[in-house]
Amino acid sequence: MQGGRGIHFSQLYIFSYIQSFQDDHSQIGQKGYSRVVYCNDPDNPEALKLKYRGNCISTTKYTVFNFVPKSLFEQFRRVANIYFLVAACVSFSPLAPYRAGSIVLPLVVVIGATMVKEAVEDWRRRKQDIEANNRKVKVYGKDHTFHKTKWKNVRVGDLVRVEKDEFFPADLLLLSSSYDDGICYVETMNLDGETNLKVKRCLEATAALRDEFWKFKAIVRCEDPNEHLYSFIGNLYHENRQYPLSPHQILLRDSKLRNTEYIYGVVIFCDHDTKVMQNTIHPPSKRSKVERKMDKIIYFLFSVLVLISSIGSVLFGVQTKNDISGGRYKRWYLRPDSTTVFFDPRRASLASFCHFLTGLMLYGYLIPISLYVSIEIVKVLQTIFINQDKNMYYAVTEKPALARTSNLNEDLGQVHTILSDKTGTLTCNSMEFVKCSIAGTAYGRGVTEVEKAIKRRKKDGDPESVEASFDMEEHSGNITDSRKSIKGFNFRDERIMEGKWINELHAYVIQNFFRVLAICHTAIPDVNKESGEISYEAESPDEAAFVIAAREFGFEFYERTQTSISLHELDLKTGKKVARAYKLLHVLEFSSSRKRMSVIVRNEENQLLLLCKGADSVMFERLSEDGQIFEIETKDHISRYAAAGLRTLVIAYRELGEQEYAIWKEDLFEAKTSVSADRDTQVDAAADKIERDLILLGATAVEDKLQKGVPECIKNLSQAGVKIWVLTGDKMETAVNIGYACRLLREEMRQIVITLDTPDIIALEKQRDKEAIAKASRESVTMQIREGKSQVISSRQSCVSSALIIDGKSLIFALAENLESLFLELAIDCSSVICCRSSPKQKALVTRLVKKATGKTTLAIGDGANDVGMLQEADIGVGISGVEGMQAVMASDFAIGQFCFLERLLLVHGHWCYRRIAKMICYFFYKDITFGLTLFWFEAYASFSGQPAYNDWCMTFYNVFFTSLPVIALGIFDQDVSASLCLEYPLLYQEGLQNILFSWARILGWMFNGVISSGIIYFFITSSVIHQAFRRDGRVAEYEVLGVTLYTCVVWTVNCQMALTINYFTWIQHFFIWGCIIFWYIFLVIYGLLPPTLSTTAYQVLVEACASSPLYWLSTFFVVISALIPYFSYKAFQIRFCPMYHNKIQIARLKG
Amino acid sequence: MKDFFLVDSRFSQQELPACKPMLTPGLVIMAFIFIGTIFIPIGLVSLFASESVVEIVDRYDKGCIPEKYGKHMVAFIQSKETNKTCLRTLTVPKLMKNPVYVYYQLDNFYQNHRRYVKSRNDKQLRSKAYASETSTCAPEATTANGSAIVPCGLIAWSLFNDTYGFSVKNKALEVSKKNIAWKSDQDSKFGSDVFPKNFQSGGLIGGAKLNSSKPLSEQEDLIVWMRTAALPTFRKLYGKIEVDLEANEKITVLIQNNYNTYGFEGKKKLVLSTTSWIGGKNDFLGIAYLTVGGLCLFLAINFVLVYVIHPRPLGDPSFLSWNRNPAGHCTYG
Repeated sequence: MQGGRGIHFSQLYIFSYIQSFQDDHSQIGQKGYSRVVYCNDPDNPEALKLKYRGNCISTTKYTVFNFVPKSLFEQFRRVANIYFLVAACVSFSPLAPYRAGSIVLPLVVVIGATMVKEAVEDWRRRKQDIEANNRKVKVYGKDHTFHKTKWKNVRVGDLVRVEKDEFFPADLLLLSSSYDDGICYVETMNLDGETNLKVKRCLEATAALRDEFWKFKAIVRCEDPNEHLYSFIGNLYHENRQYPLSPHQILLRDSKLRNTEYIYGVVIFCDHDTKVMQNTIHPPSKRSKVERKMDKIIYFLFSVLVLISSIGSVLFGVQTKNDISGGRYKRWYLRPDSTTVFFDPRRASLASFCHFLTGLMLYGYLIPISLYVSIEIVKVLQTIFINQDKNMYYAVTEKPALARTSNLNEDLGQVHTILSDKTGTLTCNSMEFVKCSIAGTAYGRGVTEVEKAIKRRKKDGDPESVEASFDMEEHSGNITDSRKSIKGFNFRDERIMEGKWINELHAYVIQNFFRVLAICHTAIPDVNKESGEISYEAESPDEAAFVIAAREFGFEFYERTQTSISLHELDLKTGKKVARAYKLLHVLEFSSSRKRMSVIVRNEENQLLLLCKGADSVMFERLSEDGQIFEIETKDHISRYAAAGLRTLVIAYRELGEQEYAIWKEDLFEAKTSVSADRDTQVDAAADKIERDLILLGATAVEDKLQKGVPECIKNLSQAGVKIWVLTGDKMETAVNIGYACRLLREEMRQIVITLDTPDIIALEKQRDKEAIAKASRESVTMQIREGKSQVISSRQSCVSSALIIDGKSLIFALAENLESLFLELAIDCSSVICCRSSPKQKALVTRLVKKATGKTTLAIGDGANDVGMLQEADIGVGISGVEGMQAVMASDFAIGQFCFLERLLLVHGHWCYRRIAKMICYFFYKDITFGLTLFWFEAYASFSGQPAYNDWCMTFYNVFFTSLPVIALGIFDQDVSASLCLEYPLLYQEGLQNILFSWARILGWMFNGVISSGIIYFFITSSVIHQAFRRDGRVAEYEVLGVTLYTCVVWTVNCQMALTINYFTWIQHFFIWGCIIFWYIFLVIYGLLPPTLSTTAYQVLVEACASSPLYWLSTFFVVISALIPYFSYKAFQIRFCPMYHNKIQIARLKG
Repeated sequence: MKDFFLVDSRFSQQELPACKPMLTPGLVIMAFIFIGTIFIPIGLVSLFASESVVEIVDRYDKGCIPEKYGKHMVAFIQSKETNKTCLRTLTVPKLMKNPVYVYYQLDNFYQNHRRYVKSRNDKQLRSKAYASETSTCAPEATTANGSAIVPCGLIAWSLFNDTYGFSVKNKALEVSKKNIAWKSDQDSKFGSDVFPKNFQSGGLIGGAKLNSSKPLSEQEDLIVWMRTAALPTFRKLYGKIEVDLEANEKITVLIQNNYNTYGFEGKKKLVLSTTSWIGGKNDFLGIAYLTVGGLCLFLAINFVLVYVIHPRPLGDPSFLSWNRNPAGHCTYG
């Protein structure tokens, strides 16, 4: 790797050098581009005036001083918390129905717990910050030497030296490196997770800077800090000249210097101005559907609360007013003649209003303060279970499923549409070289998944025999081909393997073909020193597959210097391995618009060669007259390969004359140095000039293998009723074939194809009349959509499902304002949709449309940077932690190792989480209504004066000790059916899709159940224990005893109700449910033993009064059973007469 | 991944051994029958126990008003001049074994009113040291000249002050007032060193006066009264008659009808009752047990009938298909 030989990178790589210079540079100095950096001159008074921040980073949310106010503010952004705060404040006034402590304490606990969580998280971040701030880097000081300085003391404009394998302390402008041409390699794993090395190069003007730094003074004017990792606009002013800067000169903080001894750089952005810090803005937080509905329920309950409080206050007002009638005080024992404002019959309406506030606090139990906390706890624990699932652990990459947010667990159970990327998501994105066509002959005997699917379709017979025949084929293949499998290479053809290609007819062509594969790329070899094996670091998996293929065919690429590429290759004449070096003159890189890549090399025979590979659409038109010998055969092969779902590239080359090359070089130089705005086009044109008159060698076919289990997964998901859309950049044929391979498309389906590849449109395109094209296209798409719609309707009548296939061009029109709704209507009616040739932006657009139009939950799944928009747009983003880096995972809400884990994530975990949360919330409302309404009934018998039925602390602990753990256990552990049954009956997923378990009917049903329970408890208990002696010793049940009896019944009832509700009893459930009931008695005994100043009305109630009364136990038993009977009977009838799907499965399971 | 480890346990994989109860018809029928068979005997036993209690209830609030005051009951009761003695005769329907508990029952009296419940001071009741602690007692906190009332507050102030004297065949029946309050109240809530002070000395007299030489812990009437009732209709223990009362005996009760329930249209009743293991006379629980038990048996029979008449075809393959097919998914491969 060492030793450039004076050849400068800019001459070699012609495109990357210029690509970023766009018109944007004219904006420098204007708004948004106003940053000025005095390089190597941070003490310049001008620089000091700018007051850029130091490099001491702080990623913490809070500081010691603002922690309390800021975190409190965060907490009280929740409406419910504000309600509780107001209630707590009011509780200190005489309005409070109970002691202030009992309402303040739970609030303090809830807020405190969240604050502690925040504090701990922040402390962790702080520790990381301190660690980062104290790392050291060499900074050029005033004494003209480099000093080790802590990162936090680095300033903007400082000149720093970074050594190999060190991290960059800030965003730097690369000045020079240990390489003569000023390149360096960086690893950006921390930024985007990509492990391949990226090349950065400095300006030629500064490349020679190695010493005498004190001489170096320059000014950088550039863009203001922003979050775009891959763009940078700025100018360097040095020695009265202006040099434009591009991202290639910028080294980002948190990336690492690799393969380079050292670099010198100038700090441009510090601290929060760095790109990586600008990027740490948290993605928009997503809330689940269930939670959003919960808010509505809270509002509903709040209205109920206001309603019953008003009823209470009106009745209270009436009764209070009645206390004075005809100048006579009726309830003299209340002394209405000398009373406070709260009970004054002369000002009854004011008293009534005050009582309204009291009522709001008293019935506050209807709005469960602990609900939010419990849900948070439950969701976090649910995510742990998702992360722990060994069936979603991908052993190959050692990656488990990872729930990156706990907000959306239950949304997983309601996914209506899955929008999936193809490459890397449905397929492995590990390209395998499977076939090639050289000199018009097709080589490669492998059978791809797609081909299997096609044959399966054609045979139409029973699929098993087909499967078997393929197995046989593969099996026999394995016997002959039992050598080790090579990643990226799945080629079997004895004709050209093991060096036998020499005997082929067109051996010379084959030789050239493999040479192009071995030379025309940008990969870097990595020789394992011990074994001598070579692996390659390539920019894309396709490229790696080519280099590997070349190696396997005997053209082993083993060394790359700045200016040469060395191969071990098989000599055609001697048949021996020889080392050959090719001098690299130019690299014309690949870009999506060029769709090809070329290199210009000089071989040892001093021949000038242009080696080129590219897409068929651009290559065939560049062939020379006599270079088209195999064109027809090759085209035929390419279309067959495409039909088999393979990615194809055409390989060609040409020899260059010295003179021609010299002229072209000049042209290129001119184009590159031109200052006009259309420099890019000029360079493009220059490249175009030399990439012509090519001689066709052949074509390659690379398979992007389907991931394991994808077809089964898709089949099960679509059986579950989930719609699957595939959004891919592939060609329509490839996409359709992949669709068949993964059973997204099935033979019996009606296909509706919307495309603009029709002859009329193509004809129009040739005329280049943009408006006419647009008009015709729009009309054509509209017509096709209309037709499709009628087809769908007719096929639905005959019970055939439809599939929609649309290409990117049509999509542009279909997504336009006026067609949008029509298109969506059609798409929603189809069970699978494939959008091919779609751009990342279109993917996000489609996602947003589907989400908006259906109003249902959408899930996007993808693995690459191009899917990020889609993932963030969808309700749930699932990232595949695969080969294409980590951007998708970083933007996702859930990360899984393989597409097929999606099945388990949705059908098992999604289903469970959905029903758990739904049930939990319903139950929560049930238990709080049961409790809260007993208070109300009691009020009705206490002339609505606001006296609670229970002891203060008992009330406070209701949601904390006596009912919380079982419901949390329900939220974490409950299962209607086991995981294997969830997968066996995908239809079960419909329960979530149709939102059956969290429908208003069900929620209100549970609330109604709460009303019934509270009624039964209150009225049966008061009827049975009141008036008469309730013990043998003649004592009667007073306020204290009634309160405890009612409370006992409530605790029993809600916990037994829980036992009836859940379907899944492990020791944990038993422990929590029965534990809570037992704990109530224990609590009562302990609390009752406290001195009466503390325990007040609970003093010795259980021990002295209740425990020895048979009536207490008998009535508790009776009331608890009676309160459960309505639900039990309902449930029994419902399971008997209209069982839900999970009930059916349970019954079927039970019958065996 | 660095800080990740998979725990392969039945717990972490959510495969803990679990009991999954399922409401099959068999189980439902069993449950209903079980509840029925448990409830009906309990109901019978409770009802029997309740029936075995002999109870005499005599409402005397109206009857104890002389006819000329018929329309001015409040004036009568508030007047200091009127003679409030009232003679009532009760007939014992059945043998009442001792102890016979004597209760007074008030009606429409909101002892559970928030203002009323709070109008007391537990510290003051408990200890001499806090005698002047009357913070929550207004307007019965201090006398006109500012000295603290002990016991303060509305509850104590409105202490019930009717008295009953019983005699059978002109022989007085002794009513024991001992041991009618809860022991815990006497021991821990009402101090033995706290004596009534300035009680009922203001202009407005609410109810009974207290013997200021007796400590609060021995004023059992007060303690019973201060343990507030839960509902507006309540009984409170007045005392015990510790002799048997024979059937058809006539008991003469001499009532001092002092307490003003007329102001708020409340009733007053005198109750004599024996007890059984279940307490006093109240048929509700027994009847309720019987009713619910019977209902359960009825439901069980219904279920049996339904199950016999219309068994669900569980073996039917269509049973496991979703009843509402999602759009476009008529057939599944």
